[in-house]
Amino acid sequence: MSTETLPRPFDVDAGWRLHPQVSIRPERFGALLYHFGTRRLSFLKSPTLLDVVRALDSQPSARTACLAAGVAAAEIPTYTRALATLAQSSMICEWTGE
Amino acid sequence: MTALATPGPGVGSLVDQFQLGLDAPICLTWELTYACNLSCVHCLSSSGRRDPRELSTAECKAVIDELERMQVFYVNIGGGEPTVRPDFWELVDYATEHHVGVKFSTNGVKITPEVARRLAASDYVDVQISLDGASAEVNDAVRGSGSYATALRAMHNLADAGFTGFKISVVMTRHNIAQLDEFQAIADRFDAQLRITRLRPSGRGADVWDELHPTAAQQRELYDWLCAGGEQVLTGDSFFHLSGYGEALPGLNLCGAGRVVCLIDPVGDDYACPFAIHDNFLAGNVRDAGGFTTVWRESELFTELRRPQSGGACTSCSAFDSCRGGCMAAKFFTGLPLDGPDPECVKGNADAALLDVAAGTAPKPSADHSRARSRPVPVPVSIGLRPVQRAAPERACDENPLAGFAPSPAG
Repeated sequence: MSTETLPRPFDVDAGWRLHPQVSIRPERFGALLYHFGTRRLSFLKSPTLLDVVRALDSQPSARTACLAAGVAAAEIPTYTRALATLAQSSMICEWTGE
Repeated sequence: MTALATPGPGVGSLVDQFQLGLDAPICLTWELTYACNLSCVHCLSSSGRRDPRELSTAECKAVIDELERMQVFYVNIGGGEPTVRPDFWELVDYATEHHVGVKFSTNGVKITPEVARRLAASDYVDVQISLDGASAEVNDAVRGSGSYATALRAMHNLADAGFTGFKISVVMTRHNIAQLDEFQAIADRFDAQLRITRLRPSGRGADVWDELHPTAAQQRELYDWLCAGGEQVLTGDSFFHLSGYGEALPGLNLCGAGRVVCLIDPVGDDYACPFAIHDNFLAGNVRDAGGFTTVWRESELFTELRRPQSGGACTSCSAFDSCRGGCMAAKFFTGLPLDGPDPECVKGNADAALLDVAAGTAPKPSADHSRARSRPVPVPVSIGLRPVQRAAPERACDENPLAGFAPSPAG
């Protein structure tokens, strides 16, 4: 239905933001995310990933958000995969800078 | 629920986390009224007549305030037919203004073109139209005469208003499993999404379970259909007992009762799940001191459900890790032990136990709001003392609170 645009690989050096229609509920395992527009639920399976997602809004790129949340450089690919999944389901969206 | 777990860094499996329960439900079912214009033969809540004790508008708003504080993202509103409550739209607006999203289930009776336009304009309201047959013949046999036409008219109104992606919600029965492709075609025609769920022997469903629940061959057909093309089909994660066939189905594959989901019924009673309206699964009432929050967090029943459960006879089965013994409510209302196999166990492990359940001994729902049927009632005309005779109820759901009450002739 809404797949006119081809999926692009996740750009960890671009700026990303939590989608404005998404709510976060912290949990002991990480967090629950709910998108009121798509009505989809996601789970963040670690508290660190929650810190990364929360850092997105104030960071120029996903990479710096990871570093700000204390993710070791070697672990960034793992977090990139998780963020790519969130981007695919529109939980986070690319910041175009306007 | 439609759930997507992010891969990558994790602390134990989500299923393990959810078994232990959360501080607030992920979502919950809230039945707003027992009143219904239909009387579907398999109604989970034995609905029909409004209960005079139903929550008032103010009490419903207080529950919504609690759900907002607990950050419950959305509620699945049902009934009965929720839209027949005069304050239904007021409550929907109140919920969405307080950041509690609404999905409501309806038979479509109130979805006029005007209502459809209003719904299409809201991002925070989703609609599920119930349909239990892809043809009027199959649907109306279960949901009542004219109900197919009502549902289709509602779908037309939603589509005409530009509401895409509404849900068409189907309970799978022996008579409609062969119509899976036709249901999908109806959903495609309206740019809607198909949602299929499992028939439960709950409420009036207990009376028709033997006739309507899918045969073993049909369960396999359903499983294969879901595996082959069911990616876009919602299931409410209700078919996790079928993962015993092999590959786990998409979704959460666990029983969330009292752990991540629950039911609030029209009078405010809180049950472990929508399929378990019975005193054994009643945790409390939203009118109790401390409200819903305290029931959810502290009730004895929910605390017990969050402790590790025994799989009983199932633990030695190769499929136990995927099916986890199946549905608690399905076992309970067919008279099976809760720590044994599901009555529809795909390995056939419940078949022997089901034969041992004596007729009429399976537990009955605690409440019945069915409308009285018009049936001949014997009129006692004898004068003086005579042995009191009580006819057995024709069907389980005809049982009323005074059944069995025989006033003593001696006074």
